[in-house]
Amino acid sequence: MQPYKPLIVAFCCNWCSYAGADLAGNNRLSYPADVKIIRVPCSCRVNPMFILRAFQRGADGVILCGCHPGDCHYTTGNYYTRRRMSLLFSMLDYLGIERERTRVEWVSAAEGAKFAATMNDFAETVAALGENKRLEDLRCKK
Amino acid sequence: MQKINREALIEKAAALLDAGTVDRVLAWKRGEFDYDVTPGLFTTREQMEAELVFGDFCGANMSKYLIKETLKGEGKVLVFLKPCDTYSFNQLLTEHRFDREKVYAVGIPCEGMLSVTAIKAAAGDGISKIDVTEEGVVVETLFDGTKVFGHDEMLAERCRNCKSKRHVAYDELMGEEGEVLDSARFDEVAKIEAMSSEERFAFWQGELSRCIRCNACRDVCPACTCEKCVFGNPDSGIENKAITDSFEEKMFHIIRAFHVAGRCTDCGECSRVCPQQIPLHLLNRKFIKDANNLWGDYQAGEEVGSRAPLVDFDFDDMEPGEAVIKNGGEQ
Repeated sequence: MQPYKPLIVAFCCNWCSYAGADLAGNNRLSYPADVKIIRVPCSCRVNPMFILRAFQRGADGVILCGCHPGDCHYTTGNYYTRRRMSLLFSMLDYLGIERERTRVEWVSAAEGAKFAATMNDFAETVAALGENKRLEDLRCKK
Repeated sequence: MQKINREALIEKAAALLDAGTVDRVLAWKRGEFDYDVTPGLFTTREQMEAELVFGDFCGANMSKYLIKETLKGEGKVLVFLKPCDTYSFNQLLTEHRFDREKVYAVGIPCEGMLSVTAIKAAAGDGISKIDVTEEGVVVETLFDGTKVFGHDEMLAERCRNCKSKRHVAYDELMGEEGEVLDSARFDEVAKIEAMSSEERFAFWQGELSRCIRCNACRDVCPACTCEKCVFGNPDSGIENKAITDSFEEKMFHIIRAFHVAGRCTDCGECSRVCPQQIPLHLLNRKFIKDANNLWGDYQAGEEVGSRAPLVDFDFDDMEPGEAVIKNGGEQ
């Protein structure tokens, strides 16, 4: 049996965090290969359903990265994200789903080092929690 | 016991019909038993005298029916609104869901509606008649004689924690204007928040796994008014009627509650219609409580045109990670 490796889905906004991930790569900074990046036009494109779907399909942690508040390419997108995710994460916590499995982090295009550090930290946190049991869909497990 | 009776409603409606102010009436219609009252449409006095009822089981919120009804003809529709219904009425107006000009709204007082579930649980099988009198709720049963229960014990949960007796919208008011009440409606949410993560998970797993995905909560909700619903999408993977996995219920209920977050007036209809008695209002209330806690008190439907918290923002809003803790999450 293979050792447990967490699967992490990172939604990254096209304008800041995705470029931040690129910079992390260019700078040869390492972050875990368990992090799968999904590029979105803006952090506010992320529907709460996307996050639940990621968990359904076997993600152990979901992180949402966007431009710093005030720096959104579309001016205000990330302010709405911030409010939505505050409610969604509180609800997940209310339903007894571990709070550490979800996170929102603001990473700019110049912050390659922050991107790598964030992902390392998040992957460690999720690995410590172990497999996502409370929001899994058994049909999606082999 | 309600302060107003069916005769008063019929008189009012008949007068408005005769005067030509309205040409149809949305009200409560007799069902098979005293307690299964359904919404109905009336156009004549005879129909109303035969079938219109008003009593302690008329919990149904009529606002949502206005969307379809106002599209049907040129004339006005008369609708009777209890105080909590007027909030939904305003919320629908805020969202431009129906034409205000086509509605004649009459505010009626409400003394709280009874919970059929509570009565059935207390009185047992074979209920043949339920009367509400000065002494309480008198239930006649086939096998066990007549039983009397206290009125307040049999109140629906949402009415025990009534948030307002004030009508926020009407063309005409029957009875007196009430006041916004200081209710303890968030107490139960706080009780769940105080549990440990494992207990909360077990609690909700137990509640939500009873869900049969009948979609009644969605269909009755005055805030759920999309023509095409996300749960009707065959590619969503959650359109199935039968539940095959516990994830599906959680997904359904989180998304259902999230889609009305900030717009939910807390009318409690979702819990009333749930055939499995899942306390769905506790999900909605959690969102209301959190939004109030983070971004200041907001009551959806209090005034037409108000800006819901999720379509608004502040430059110095709290970060989601801190917000969860502020909202009662574990440290």
